[in-house]
Amino acid sequence: MIWQIEITILIIVIILAVGALGVKDLLGAAILFGAYSFMMCLLWAIMGAVDVAFTEASVGAGVSTVMFVAAVFRTSRRTED
Amino acid sequence: MDALLNILISKANYWLYIILMMIGLYGIMVKKNLVKKIIGLNILQTAVILFFISVGAKEKATIPIIEHGNDTVHAAVSASHYINPLPHVLMLTAIVVAVATLGVALALVIRIHQQYHTLEEEEILKRIQET
Repeated sequence: MIWQIEITILIIVIILAVGALGVKDLLGAAILFGAYSFMMCLLWAIMGAVDVAFTEASVGAGVSTVMFVAAVFRTSRRTED
Repeated sequence: MDALLNILISKANYWLYIILMMIGLYGIMVKKNLVKKIIGLNILQTAVILFFISVGAKEKATIPIIEHGNDTVHAAVSASHYINPLPHVLMLTAIVVAVATLGVALALVIRIHQQYHTLEEEEILKRIQET
């Protein structure tokens, strides 16, 4: 575990979380959430939890993003906040 | 004061996890859009999982796979050379549960949109009161 890389990726993760909640477009929020999941997966790989990182990369980043995009296309992209 | 500063600096990554957790809680409570609420819920879940994983991490330790295979000579295994695998196994289950809740939540959102043609909480409440 290299603490410089860990702190850098943690800051990127926090920025992506704020961005995913703050952006005015739901499709953009879904894509930012996918990037957030991939950064989180990288963080777990650094911490030595390779099995958790693998599951997050396939299930969290892959399937969740597909579900979000499908749900946004079936409903509406408009959001007030 | 010096002791407090010491705690603040030595536990810096824990403070960042708490910030991430609070961002998720903010998303659940303040955002009016239902999809934004679900994103906040997922951020909260991953922040808790991140905290548990970081508890198991150790300095100068390798991933939890024993290097001596089944047919080689038995050597003493020191637990301090391996990262604690117990939080990994618990959080693996939590990730799968998170995806299951996400699927159910998005299905409910799609059904709500079919019924009321909007995703904003206040407009949904207004249309419920109209009918």
